[in-house]
Amino acid sequence: MSAPAKAKPATAPMVFTANRLRDGRVVWLAGPGRWAETVREARVFPPAEAAAGLALAQQGERDQVVIGAYGAEVAIRDGIAVPVRFRERLRAEGPSIAAEPAEYLLAS
Amino acid sequence: MPLLDEHGRAVADAWVRVADDAPLPEGPAILTAARLRAEDLSGRNAPLGIALDPATAPEAVADLLPRLSLVTIALPKAKDGRAFTQARALREHAGFRGEIRATGHVLPDQWRMLRRCGVTTVEVPEGADLAQWRRSFDVVDIAFQPAQDSGSALGLRRQRLRVA
Amino acid sequence: MNALVEPLAPPAPAYPPHARTYRYDEVDREFLQERIAEFSGQIERRLRGELTEDEFKPLRLMNGLYLQLHAYMYRIAIPYGILNATQLRQLAMIARRWDRGFGHFTTRQNIQFNWTKLEDVPAIMRALAAVDMHGIQTSGNCIRNTTTDEYAGAAPDEAADPRVYAEIIRQWSTLHPEFTWLPRKFKIAITGAPHDRVALQAHDVGVVVRKNAAGETGFEVWAGGGLGRTPVLATKLRDWVPEEDFLAYLEAVLRVYNALGNRDNIYKARIKILVRDLGPDFLARVEAEFARMPRQRYRLDPEIVAQIAAHFAPPPFPRLADDPPAYRDALARDAAFAAWARQSVRPHRQPGHASVTISLKPIGGIPGDCSAEQMEAVAALAERHAFGEIRVTHVQNLVLPHVRQDELFAVWEGLRAVGLATPNIGLVSDIIACPGMDYCALATARSIPVAQMISERFADLDRQLDIGECFINISGCINACGHHHIGHIGILGVDKRGAESYQITLGGSATNDAAIGELVGPGFPYDQVTDAVETILRTYVARRAAGERFVDTYRRIGPAPFKEALYAAAG
Ligand code: SF4
Repeated sequence: MSAPAKAKPATAPMVFTANRLRDGRVVWLAGPGRWAETVREARVFPPAEAAAGLALAQQGERDQVVIGAYGAEVAIRDGIAVPVRFRERLRAEGPSIAAEPAEYLLAS
Repeated sequence: MPLLDEHGRAVADAWVRVADDAPLPEGPAILTAARLRAEDLSGRNAPLGIALDPATAPEAVADLLPRLSLVTIALPKAKDGRAFTQARALREHAGFRGEIRATGHVLPDQWRMLRRCGVTTVEVPEGADLAQWRRSFDVVDIAFQPAQDSGSALGLRRQRLRVA
Repeated sequence: MNALVEPLAPPAPAYPPHARTYRYDEVDREFLQERIAEFSGQIERRLRGELTEDEFKPLRLMNGLYLQLHAYMYRIAIPYGILNATQLRQLAMIARRWDRGFGHFTTRQNIQFNWTKLEDVPAIMRALAAVDMHGIQTSGNCIRNTTTDEYAGAAPDEAADPRVYAEIIRQWSTLHPEFTWLPRKFKIAITGAPHDRVALQAHDVGVVVRKNAAGETGFEVWAGGGLGRTPVLATKLRDWVPEEDFLAYLEAVLRVYNALGNRDNIYKARIKILVRDLGPDFLARVEAEFARMPRQRYRLDPEIVAQIAAHFAPPPFPRLADDPPAYRDALARDAAFAAWARQSVRPHRQPGHASVTISLKPIGGIPGDCSAEQMEAVAALAERHAFGEIRVTHVQNLVLPHVRQDELFAVWEGLRAVGLATPNIGLVSDIIACPGMDYCALATARSIPVAQMISERFADLDRQLDIGECFINISGCINACGHHHIGHIGILGVDKRGAESYQITLGGSATNDAAIGELVGPGFPYDQVTDAVETILRTYVARRAAGERFVDTYRRIGPAPFKEALYAAAG
């Protein structure tokens, strides 16, 4: 379901994301065997270490902790990793629309 | 590879798969359609079987079936369900009465449905949890539609499936 | 036995006495319990690592559980879109207890919850089973929930009741031993009315229930329709399949598909590709299979049909006259009520009654979303005024099928109190939108906020009424869950070098004059798509002849004037 990790070599810093098996929540690889709920806590891998990051992320799948692990390029802004693609920014921030019931909009 | 029979018991497998260029063994042998057609096997007493690949319709080997005691069907991936239709066609159209064996990547969760389509035995992976296979087989025992295990039940009469 | 913590659901109250939903008996209930035990066991095996994700995924999908962008999503079957008030209340309870207080009604007449936890699923399944509901076969490569006419049993133009046969299909397809591992999903729509309200030709199989001169029931059968990457309208296989052969004929179609459908390429796996590639040979193979199968085994017994039909007998309608004074007075007295009634109230076959469509498209809202409070309010209104019955439509609205005309005003007031009286049914703000990238893991762009922007742009009701009937359908990727190909105006969100871009198709139709819309030109960025829709509608208003709907004008004048209006300035 999730975008597969691209085989082509990374050119930008990478973070790794997945969904937690038990509850499906978006998580970010923070270190070996450690998954965090916010992208702020994600470990950023320089391009040269992307393969090592992917291996750690996939270990999380083998350990039945997460599913659908893949890498996402990030840009570093004010020391904070921000995913480059819109899709991963949505994963990081949640839906762009109200995800709770709206106040009633009285018709007419 | 362990083999489960229709009662969910592990049974010994007497059959040997034989490559087209290998010599024919003494005992029960599974051959390809080409070899079954090409070779004169009329003098042979040991049972013969065929390995049906998922893309071959049972009609294509209908001429061979009367001489056969076993047909293997295969799920190359668990998701590939062509074998279900093949098994049903072997029973319903070809009237095949011998053993139909499911091979390949079969999940315990598919075993009941394969049985309902007319499959007799299943090859399970080495070290498989046979109790799980049994549980998966037993857990849903109500069926809404006729199939090969329905006996005389017709149309849309719901049935409780019993292990034979 | 069960390692998971299981909060107990409150006991379900008794069914509303008159609702015409199929009533489960002990066998149906026992089956559901068995299925819950099976899926709970599968979840435990997955959590223990005994099933890989690859093995588990088709099993969870067959039980309605997806992995989406932010969480698991649980899709619950609403068989042929019919619910009773008790069931709707239970959905509200589930929304509150295990989700975020709302649910989303889909184009397949189902409901889905966006924030489900895997470990909560067994408990949710038990809460559903308490009201005879489940998520079985709402996803996966199996026969999905059959959809039907939301006005079944109420529409004046109905020739035969499709609910009876939809229920028969439901039972026959439930855990079908042969057709649970198909090449791809399989969707059936069925109608009993000459006016197509089910998008018949957009389905893998479309069925029209008919009566012949002798009063016998038979079926017109279509196959090979579908949207997605390659939109194809269905081909008619037969004008008439006798009732007793209904299941046999469906079996024959599915057998040919299961044996020959493409298993290598997901984009070629739907039956539409097989039907297209085989041409007339597809029908020949179906007929050959049908001719040789032991028909007796699959015969649909009239006794069983009669038993199932009894579930759908008309509710005890009082004898009333049309247009009662109370209704007429209210229309004259209250302009807001009259505006709503004009869009939402439909004729009923029973004098003095009407069907009411409830808009789940408030201006600027999320199409198809419904909060727990709203579900409870609708359930209460259905109990009080509509024999406890509710329908879900394939355009993501709700219907109260049987309402007394002299109670329409009370229904409207009740709906208005919870923000469900937007008078926009069939108008430009009655938009179909799939979840898109805000929720869906497969999406290439968002669709909900596009629907919200368009809805807000055309918020003015007078303007909507001036534009008249116009269906805008939005999908967030080529899978076309938002039916964009068959919208009068279709919008498809794609990814164009990392940015959202929206392609517009014009002239599609989902009904008797079914058509696939034509691409009008290059896509528009997110912040320009609303302007593009406005340009299209202005062009229509300027060029329309008297009495023409948008789609009529488009068919008459063709795409050129719209292209020119959209792209002239840029070119
Ligand atoms: S059309 Fe695409 S984005 Fe929309 S719900 Fe379907 S798969 Fe998701």
